[in-house]
Amino acid sequence: MTLDATDRAILNRMQNDLPLTSRPYAVVAEELGLTERDLLDRLSRMKDERVITRFGPFFDAAAMGGAFCLCAMAVPAEKFETVLTKVNAHAEVAHNYERTHRLNMWFVLATETPEGIKAAADAIERETGIEVLRFPKLQEFFIGFRVAA
Amino acid sequence: MINASDRQIIEALQGGLPLTPTPYAQVAEDLGMDEDAFLIRLAELKSRGVIRRIAAAPNHYKLGMTSNGMTVWDVDDDRVAELGAQIGALPFVTHCYERPRALPEWPYNLFAMVHGKDRGEVEEKRAEITAILGDACRAKDILYSTRILKKTGLRLKAKG
Repeated sequence: MTLDATDRAILNRMQNDLPLTSRPYAVVAEELGLTERDLLDRLSRMKDERVITRFGPFFDAAAMGGAFCLCAMAVPAEKFETVLTKVNAHAEVAHNYERTHRLNMWFVLATETPEGIKAAADAIERETGIEVLRFPKLQEFFIGFRVAA
Repeated sequence: MINASDRQIIEALQGGLPLTPTPYAQVAEDLGMDEDAFLIRLAELKSRGVIRRIAAAPNHYKLGMTSNGMTVWDVDDDRVAELGAQIGALPFVTHCYERPRALPEWPYNLFAMVHGKDRGEVEEKRAEITAILGDACRAKDILYSTRILKKTGLRLKAKG
């Protein structure tokens, strides 16, 4: 789909927090000089077209007592698909990307307890015979996950 | 930590917030709560940091941001907090973290995700980061993603 200037303004605004009030979209629509109806129609269209993958609360697993951990593995090319199947079979693997490096498989473990990270990473090492390097965040430089539309 | 009541709210919102005029009232009704009580509970989950924000997750690819580079940097430990904050504030950096090194294989302690329309644009942005880090940076690399292998996000397991 093609996005017009209004769609882009909406997309930029909606990457920031929605207010906690009875008619939150009406508040945002007013900020943007739109009607609530127009805002909701455009948001629904962008969601249907998958320009917006998800709209709703972003949860922090750590604040829930759980944990996230970025992990990396150096997977030999000939074993890549086999290892991938084993890694992705773990429900704790939230995202997984192939990347251009000797460490070519990068995934995020999301678990409900901090101990869950070690358990899942150790299990993957046992099943694949490949070391799982662990890169938990020490510090987050958080401004917002904004991408200018 | 979260209790059973938190969990019920999180589960009700995992799929997203309805795009209707009164979305909170709608979810509250599904939970058998009234809207005011539900809004108070959401405010409390936000103050505890369980909910970071209620917002849209854009699809970078559909926005033409088809190139994504994980830039990684070996930055002086003494300066990583100050410089990380500067890098995290750049408009084209979507995530920025200090993480432990894994020596000798991995000397990098600062990770910044950069999105762009193509690798050329990502490289231009990376050069801006290089300039900011200056001599506090000893080594650097960039890892482009070549394939999304899985993307499901956080899902609570069904329990309690």
